[in-house]
Amino acid sequence: MKFIPHTEEERRQMLAALKINHTDQLFQDIPEEVRLKRDLNVAGGLSEMELSRHMADLAKLNSGTDEYICFLGAGAYDHYVPSAVKHILSRSEFYTAYTPYQPEISQGVLQSIFEYQSMIRILTGMDAANASMYDGASALAEAALMACATTKRDAVVVARTVHPEYRETLNTYMSGPGIKVTEVNYQDGVTTVQEAAKVLDKNTAALLVQYPNFFGCIEDLTGLAEAAHAVGALLVVCADPVALGLLKSPGQCGADIVVGEGQALGLPLSYGGPYVGFLACKDKFLRRMPGRIVGQTVDVDGKRSYVLTLQAREQHIRRDKATSNICSNQALCALAVTVYLSLVGKKGLRQVAESCVQKTAYTRDLLAKIPGYELPWTTPVFKEFVIKTSRAPAEINRQLLRHNILGGLDLGLYYPELAGHMLICVTEKRSQQEIELLAQRLGAIA
Amino acid sequence: MTEKLIFELSSPGRQGITFPDIDVPTAPLQKLLPGNYLREEAPDLPEVSELDTVRHFVRLSRMNFGVDVGFYPLGSCTMKYNAKVAEDAASLPGFTNLHPYQPAELTQGALQLMYEMQRDLAEITGMDEFTLQPAAGAHGEMTGMLIIKAYLESRGETKRTKVIVPDSAHGTNPASATMCGFKVVEVKSDERGGVDLESLKQVLGPDVAALMLTNPSTLGLFEDNIKEIADLVHRAGGLLYYDGANLNAIMGYARPGDMGFDVVHLNLHKTFGTPHGGGGPGSGPVGVKAKLAPFLPKPVVVKQGDRYDLDYQRPQSIGRVKAFYGNFGVVVKAYTYIRALGGGGLKQVSEHAVLNANYIKHRLSDQLRIPFPRLCMHEFVASPPKDLKEKGVKTLDIAKRLLDYGYHPPTVYFPLIVEEALMIEPTETENKETLDQFADSLIKVLAEARENPDTLKNAPYTTPVRRLDEVTAARKPVLGWFPE
Repeated sequence: MKFIPHTEEERRQMLAALKINHTDQLFQDIPEEVRLKRDLNVAGGLSEMELSRHMADLAKLNSGTDEYICFLGAGAYDHYVPSAVKHILSRSEFYTAYTPYQPEISQGVLQSIFEYQSMIRILTGMDAANASMYDGASALAEAALMACATTKRDAVVVARTVHPEYRETLNTYMSGPGIKVTEVNYQDGVTTVQEAAKVLDKNTAALLVQYPNFFGCIEDLTGLAEAAHAVGALLVVCADPVALGLLKSPGQCGADIVVGEGQALGLPLSYGGPYVGFLACKDKFLRRMPGRIVGQTVDVDGKRSYVLTLQAREQHIRRDKATSNICSNQALCALAVTVYLSLVGKKGLRQVAESCVQKTAYTRDLLAKIPGYELPWTTPVFKEFVIKTSRAPAEINRQLLRHNILGGLDLGLYYPELAGHMLICVTEKRSQQEIELLAQRLGAIA
Repeated sequence: MTEKLIFELSSPGRQGITFPDIDVPTAPLQKLLPGNYLREEAPDLPEVSELDTVRHFVRLSRMNFGVDVGFYPLGSCTMKYNAKVAEDAASLPGFTNLHPYQPAELTQGALQLMYEMQRDLAEITGMDEFTLQPAAGAHGEMTGMLIIKAYLESRGETKRTKVIVPDSAHGTNPASATMCGFKVVEVKSDERGGVDLESLKQVLGPDVAALMLTNPSTLGLFEDNIKEIADLVHRAGGLLYYDGANLNAIMGYARPGDMGFDVVHLNLHKTFGTPHGGGGPGSGPVGVKAKLAPFLPKPVVVKQGDRYDLDYQRPQSIGRVKAFYGNFGVVVKAYTYIRALGGGGLKQVSEHAVLNANYIKHRLSDQLRIPFPRLCMHEFVASPPKDLKEKGVKTLDIAKRLLDYGYHPPTVYFPLIVEEALMIEPTETENKETLDQFADSLIKVLAEARENPDTLKNAPYTTPVRRLDEVTAARKPVLGWFPE
């Protein structure tokens, strides 16, 4: 397959216009010594029919959540995606456009981002949001950099209850400018204000926590905010946006910057990406915000319209002085979030969140009654919980797979002290029957 | 034509989608979550029907310009046609329904695809190993520079704190280097548009970590001194970083790895035809020479016998730059694109991208000022004729007038070193007729500028909204909807 439209006659005319015989003459600036003198060894050249078959064959080598009952969460969630979301996303006026550099012909994406920013602001309880980040993990790292720039300090404190891969990402980002990262341990599944206060000091730019945290437990944001503010540090919260349909917003609890992963709001699991990070903050930090931002304005005729704004912070203008290097972000994924939140609306998001809470509580109670399984903590949870198992989680998961169940995450891989513990996730998609099947199978294994 | 905000279409009690009743025995919410954790009121999201929602976003889509709508010669962005077959492939349930923590035995197809992609990209660029983790080109730049930093540190070379960037570079280059803790030093371009070797020699020294280079450059020119540049940088103990934004010009003709580059990033959404999505998701894989491979982000996809797996045992790895394995869905599309074309097809892509760019440049060469009158690669940079300046017509005015002719304008005011720059990149997927019509339109616009400059200064006339007040937007930012 080729996507090159040139006919032989057109090629001839173009070469004639350029007064050359062969296109090779266009490449004469490439010195002999660096020329590739053989063909690229890359398979392909398939017709569309062969290609469709090949891709379908590859896809068939995978078995996903349409074949298995999914109790895996840990940062990627099997929530329901309304049909209309993918239909809007497949409008090619949206997906074949680039960054809206020419606002006159990009009002569609600009307005959708403005609406996205509004919705993220409302959910997080912040003053303003940007036009999206790569994912939750990199958004958290960017928030840490933002806090360091704002406070002019070069150390951050992160709770161990933050997603392990988010902490790894944070460490990678901090290694560049040489920012010190200290971790705070947890008790009963949550970060205590006392433990946090011990490691916070006047060099700390930010305390970073997750809400609900990696174990599904709900952190005491208000207390943690006070502890951070007491030493002049910011509170950065990495929040599950679905939970924000029900829980107090981080803004209300004293957070300064709120980030998170938006995948749960209308994006498929897709083996980990593309997802979408969000980032929102208080007005006073606005000019330190990374990434792109859309603002409302008027055109020459006074019509309300939207445009990329505060570009003086951005890399194409400020170069090495920019607030971040973000250029392409995740605009189409942000559109999915906007459509999702429009469809579920005020009531629907709360319904989804309540459904998660109720089903998780039901599952937790049910599993805790099975011999060989116990709850390490009684801390309130949202859509995930930790359970201690008498047999190795890897072994349990292998057995569950035979019954088409994707079991929980083996926590020993990430927390040595939690070897023999699993993280189970229950979204609104899990039915009573599926939950009871899980309990039944776990009972049989134990 | 303007469109109300979705919030303004809201009516209390309306809902776009309903959910089933909870089918498990429930407990009072207050018993499950302490009251002080709960919101008093549901968040103020819009309340609209499904039809309201669909119509709203379809109306918005009609106010948006994509490659499927018309010619999009946005320089340095490579806005080529995005094959529909790749969209279909990426939406196969076997790809979309995979949880990232599923065991490898259930994701062999996905892992095979990623593995083959890593190998293909290595072959195309002449590098040894690849990571698919970075989410976009700039993210790849940061990843690449952190790899360089980790490599130098592993050799005890901690005094190498400077990164050299040409004055024509993308803004992301200096921004990425700075994020990694490097100090940026700019090097000038010479009169042929390449890196000025004398200036380069002056800044090279024991404190230099790397030189970041785009080749072909942002001026659309092939850096023909590349071997000498590579030797100079390597002799000074630094590494050479390749910004892959312009790879579309050279596939099958030359490889960064053979030119002496140590690290490259690619933009799958540019060269490998995945949609740009209105500004993302992109994908920015990073490739390295063998000596740098231990520092790649983890995990890396590996093949053991017939089985594919994720390798986390990489003690020297820089860590990870995002959760999970990258923008997998985008990788599926790029993989589909590569399998459509194969090695021979990829070379034809570059051949025709360069042919198209030179053809448009030829058509416009007596109309615009071409600062570097050499053969261009897949794009070229020009300035408007001198007499327009006297009439007060700017490049921006030309761009805005082109909107009325149904085009997305070229990139404007970049690279920074060219006066009133206009950067045109037609890509290989446009036919001669489109190129001719565009050239004719631009010539007509230049004529209009001479006859009646105000026509351009007040353009566009036919778009949903006209010139926007960007200054007020930045001075008094209104960044979201607030209830009245």
